[in-house]
Amino acid sequence: MQVFQYILLGFLVICAFSVSFSKKLLNSILIFMSYSLVMSIIWICLESPDLAITEAAVGAGVTSVLFFVTLKKIHAIEEIKEEADRKKGGDGNE
Amino acid sequence: MSKLKSEEEYQKTLAFHFFRWLSGSRDPYVGKVEMQPQKEYQEEESTIQERMCEHQMIRDKVYDRENNKWLLFFWRFYRIMAVVFCIVLGAMLIVTVSYLPPTGNASNPDNNEVAKRYIESGMQETGAVNVVTGMILTYRAFDTFGETNVLFIATCCVMIMLMAEDAELKKRELQNDRRYEPKNDAILQGVATVLVPIIFIFGIYIILNGHLSPGGGFSGGAAMGAGLILYASAFGFKKTQRFFNEEVYKAAKVTALCLYGLVGIYYYVMGANGLENHIPLGIPGHIVSAGIIFPINICVGIEVACTMYAFYALFRRGGL
Repeated sequence: MQVFQYILLGFLVICAFSVSFSKKLLNSILIFMSYSLVMSIIWICLESPDLAITEAAVGAGVTSVLFFVTLKKIHAIEEIKEEADRKKGGDGNE
Repeated sequence: MSKLKSEEEYQKTLAFHFFRWLSGSRDPYVGKVEMQPQKEYQEEESTIQERMCEHQMIRDKVYDRENNKWLLFFWRFYRIMAVVFCIVLGAMLIVTVSYLPPTGNASNPDNNEVAKRYIESGMQETGAVNVVTGMILTYRAFDTFGETNVLFIATCCVMIMLMAEDAELKKRELQNDRRYEPKNDAILQGVATVLVPIIFIFGIYIILNGHLSPGGGFSGGAAMGAGLILYASAFGFKKTQRFFNEEVYKAAKVTALCLYGLVGIYYYVMGANGLENHIPLGIPGHIVSAGIIFPINICVGIEVACTMYAFYALFRRGGL
């Protein structure tokens, strides 16, 4: 168990470094999601399951989704779909 | 409007002035301050070109890295100093952490009579098997009330900034909403069909069992909010609006917050900790037990779920 926790902690450090060194914002968010997931496992190891549930729902779920939406709003995600839609004839409305 | 007052008579009353002030329909400066009608500012073509040229010149001069020795020096210095600063800060934090007392030591400052009291008589006094929830919702109910208020204010601020009031803007946002994403994605919808009910039931389970098992209002509410977001992103906002529109959102949120406040006030007025209060604690271990913890958990859960979903909807399309 001790070894498992050290592996997880090492993974946390690797995640934290790679977030700051990754060039693409999308990759940073994905790494941040995995960071939150590992953090929630560590909370379970530290015997606080209620924090683990919150971390998994808020950290890995809602926060990352908000980041994705923000990236989409500021057009930082590459829009490949737009081209495909135009070729199809652009059915704009639902 | 039971009294039949004429329009002129009504305009003299205090209520009319108050509501006019409240709605801001009258500009208080009009007629009181000396002002001149202003002409609309129009720029000539030559001035625009001159300005652009100047702008470009300044740009060239400022970002001319090859010829400007000082700039080059500054950029190198800046980079080196940034790295040095980060390393020094990290080292300071690590050194500080090494001075902290070890976890679980008997002589730690957090190991005092408060924690002992909570662990020993928490279950008798609050009726909750889960001591953590019992602690934060009875002994520290006002702290948690403040946190819930923070969530409420945060959503209000996001609404002020991102809510699309204009009808034209709203329409455009609606059309733009699913433009860059695959519409009716089969995989996403299939996964959502299976997962959303499970997530919802799990969230409700966490909320209702907050005083018996790990979790509580906040965790369960966050899980339910995540489920709502998954549903909205898979099936679109039209489907979500059938059961969760702005009216429902307002009603649920305000009712939950008010109910929490009322329960908290009742608890404190009627005796709080150690004195006799009129909410029965029930048998520890049953679903309906633990006095005020059960209703407060439900209130916090509704509040948090609404907040999570509202953040997503407001970020996405500026409306619920």
